[in-house]
Amino acid sequence: MRATVIVTPKTSVLDPQGEAVKNAIHHLGMDSVTSTRIGKFIELEIDSSDEASVKEALEKISHELLSNPVIEDYQVEVITD
Amino acid sequence: MRVVVIQFPGSNCDQDCLRAFRDALGVESRMMWHKDTEIAPDETIIVPGGFSYGDYLRCGAIARFSPVMKAVQAAAERKQTILGICNGFQILCESGLLPGALVRNRDLHFICEPVTLKVENSRTHLTRHTRDGELLQIPIAHGEGNFRADQSTLVEMEEFGQILFRYANAEGTVSEESNPNGSVGNIAGICNKEGTVFGMMPHPERAAEALLGSTDGLVLLKSLLNL
Repeated sequence: MRATVIVTPKTSVLDPQGEAVKNAIHHLGMDSVTSTRIGKFIELEIDSSDEASVKEALEKISHELLSNPVIEDYQVEVITD
Repeated sequence: MRVVVIQFPGSNCDQDCLRAFRDALGVESRMMWHKDTEIAPDETIIVPGGFSYGDYLRCGAIARFSPVMKAVQAAAERKQTILGICNGFQILCESGLLPGALVRNRDLHFICEPVTLKVENSRTHLTRHTRDGELLQIPIAHGEGNFRADQSTLVEMEEFGQILFRYANAEGTVSEESNPNGSVGNIAGICNKEGTVFGMMPHPERAAEALLGSTDGLVLLKSLLNL
């Protein structure tokens, strides 16, 4: 099965990249954009059909490696084909 | 050996660190590849700067899983002295050996320049040869040196004297103007609660010989070993 993990900076943490991109968007003339946050999108392929154990493993992977809980949040989505 | 400098793929300040300890201080020192796991109980551990694993994912995130880091964790539990410089600081934060995290600089630039540090706590291994409020000239060279921690962690760090250096101007004033990278509270260097694990973004090994423009870094390295 496949899974995706989205890692985003915590809202309490300043995201300088997002700020810079927001300013660039304003230069494009779209002043209505009030916030831009930049994170990471990670796609995984897993050789297993046991959704429960995969979800558990993905939580561990996301918490311990893909994100840094001090500064980032994550969302896991499992895609069963 | 008295000092061990760990080399990850992508470390690039390892030779400078070795030179500072071995040549400038005349201390028995060795390099250690990240796949080795033997650290003697009397060795001081240096996690040097660089771009371990190409800074993939996050700075220090992959290095944390290197075999040597288990030995470093064990050494930390034995209260051995550990100093992480720049990328080494990032690795120690990622490993949970130091609080907080280091994110992209406020203005997104990679900054390579001498900065002034104000000593906040001179009662630690790393700072015992300095005085509170003393100003040190030591260069920084990083793109992700913006120190972040949540409010309760910061309060606790203040309480335990874990904040060692802040970025200041030449007069010693700590302000937004003297903050090169946006670090919360201008924090440039910290230690753990026990005062055994240290992390700093500035490079003391790059201020270890008169030829380099400053020897203030050497004071810290001597202090670390109590020479």
